[in-house]
Amino acid sequence: MSERTSRFTSLSGLAIEPVYTPDHLKDWHADRDLGLPGAFPYTRGIHSTMYRGRLWTMRQFAGFGSAEDTNRRFHYLLHQGQTGLSVAFDLPTLMGLDSDDPRAQGEVGHCGVAVSSLADMERLFDGIPLDQVTTSMTINGPAAVLFAMYLAVARKRGIPFSRLGGTLQNDILKEYIAQKEWLFPPEPHMALTVDTIAYCAAHVPKWHPISISGYHIREAGSTAVQELAFTLYDGLTYVDAAVNAGLHVDTFAPRLSFFFNVHNDFFEEIAKFRAARRLWAREMERRYHPKNPRSLQLRCHAQTAGCSLTAQQPMNNVVRTSLQALAAVLGGTQSLHTNSMDETLALPTEEAVTLALRTQQIIAAESETVNTVDPLGGSYFVESLTNRLEEGAQDYFRRLDGMGGMIRAIEGGFPQREILEASQRYQRELERGERSLVGVTDHVENRQRPIPILRIGPEVEQEQVARLSDLRKSRDPFRMAGALEEVQETAACHQNLMPALIEAVLAKATVGEICSALREVYGTYREPVVL
Amino acid sequence: MAVAAAPLRILIGKVGLDGHDRGVKLVARALRDAGVEIIYTGLHQTPEQVVATAIQEDVHAIGLSIHSGAHNSLLPRVLHLLREQGAGDIALFGGGIIPDEDVPRLKAAGVQMLFGPATPMQSIVNFVKALHVEH
Repeated sequence: MSERTSRFTSLSGLAIEPVYTPDHLKDWHADRDLGLPGAFPYTRGIHSTMYRGRLWTMRQFAGFGSAEDTNRRFHYLLHQGQTGLSVAFDLPTLMGLDSDDPRAQGEVGHCGVAVSSLADMERLFDGIPLDQVTTSMTINGPAAVLFAMYLAVARKRGIPFSRLGGTLQNDILKEYIAQKEWLFPPEPHMALTVDTIAYCAAHVPKWHPISISGYHIREAGSTAVQELAFTLYDGLTYVDAAVNAGLHVDTFAPRLSFFFNVHNDFFEEIAKFRAARRLWAREMERRYHPKNPRSLQLRCHAQTAGCSLTAQQPMNNVVRTSLQALAAVLGGTQSLHTNSMDETLALPTEEAVTLALRTQQIIAAESETVNTVDPLGGSYFVESLTNRLEEGAQDYFRRLDGMGGMIRAIEGGFPQREILEASQRYQRELERGERSLVGVTDHVENRQRPIPILRIGPEVEQEQVARLSDLRKSRDPFRMAGALEEVQETAACHQNLMPALIEAVLAKATVGEICSALREVYGTYREPVVL
Repeated sequence: MAVAAAPLRILIGKVGLDGHDRGVKLVARALRDAGVEIIYTGLHQTPEQVVATAIQEDVHAIGLSIHSGAHNSLLPRVLHLLREQGAGDIALFGGGIIPDEDVPRLKAAGVQMLFGPATPMQSIVNFVKALHVEH
């Protein structure tokens, strides 16, 4: 019988054969390439028992409006059985701007929560026991400043830093590559990242100072191979920077974490997680010879693919998200965010986010997929895909090495161009009818079935502006100015900035003021135009 | 039918603070492939910067992408600045994540067209070429 099409390919364009047999795994050795869960090269998972021991952390990314609005959502999510918090900051905060900056107009509280001062951070975590929950903060350019605020909240409450657990995204390389929210040129940004890594190693040992992120790279249009390659190479770049700054690899590598996208191609995504763990273990072993096995283990968070969701027939997004979530679980993720069906339109409503959380809970409680570790291990197809993803990433590693590393590659526009080409290829395939999206290219309905969406009113911005005005009047201006000077001097002489940042936020300096002070020392960055 | 006009020049850019440039770059490439001259401003442009560039580059139209939710303040601001600076003949169109219910108000304010998610590139090319004929 003839086949439906002349060529079957994965979402990333890998050719897929009709059936996989031992012939596809001729150079593959189970002992060397698969191993056992919890053992090198960790293809099957970083823990020997995986979800039999402990389920993944269900961590829904949340943030909108004012600190009070988001605080209420946090309490709601914890009450619904969520096991960790994840803060989405608004765009002004992500860009190191205060809510009353002219460039913040119209953006305050829209894509996340507005946090300009320590007082905002205190309201955000009101009533939340910082020593009992873990908190992930999606912040990059001003990551060190927001982390200083979180630490300052803990200090004011008398909670020792050693009892704080959580994650700072703090991955600036992927900002230049994909998400485009940087503040300074790459070198000082890398130095700031190393400061947070060193500070955590010494003072906040349960914190993950960085979450090396492929999520945004994929959202920008990359293939699975590119996501894997650029993310892991970014990871190696951070390790290199920290080692060059004098840190021993085993003092910080066990606290590095990763963040991947889970897109539509079910098996390719599962293979990506497996390849990521194996490739990281092998590269870390080869390059740094750590003594602690935890330095070889790739821990990760996963989020279902926002870019796979459609504004058309939005309820279909629940189904897409379920399949993606299952792929992340079969891939062995440590924590997971499931997108809500309304996220192509706006931030999620409470109803939509509850359904997204329930999706994970159903996989965990009802699907019985969690009873054995790496259930797809040994599948001819999945092992073959895992090999191909690893090989594809290694090809990119060689090219990036040849360019002199990731920062040089970014300055030359290389990863940006690769991603743009992949994104255009996908768009053309979609428009030529070679790929389908239900509700968009196929099974289109003219009838609109609108769903409720969350609106952020203008009062959020007005209240934030008023609060900042009060804050600026009420603080001790001499203490504040002295603290900012200390920040600048510390930055200028390349000392660890974290202690000075904590003092500055305690002196009520705002995110915008601290970032402006740092811009005076570090300068700004203009990206190469890649079109 | 008009005589051969000067090549169509369009400013394409991003206003607001979000960094989602996947869509806008595909639009810029599609228009360029269709023979349109593209002035690409890059990210994080203020309305003031966009209008200054548009006037300096003498463009026929401005296409702005926005995914941050700030469209209701930024797009009217661009229109206001264009009129204030005597460049009200430059057409403004946009795209990104803009809820349906905001569209009528933005169009009434003078935004010529707003393209939502999954718009085929050819629709945008056709729209821009039609603008030229009107011009």
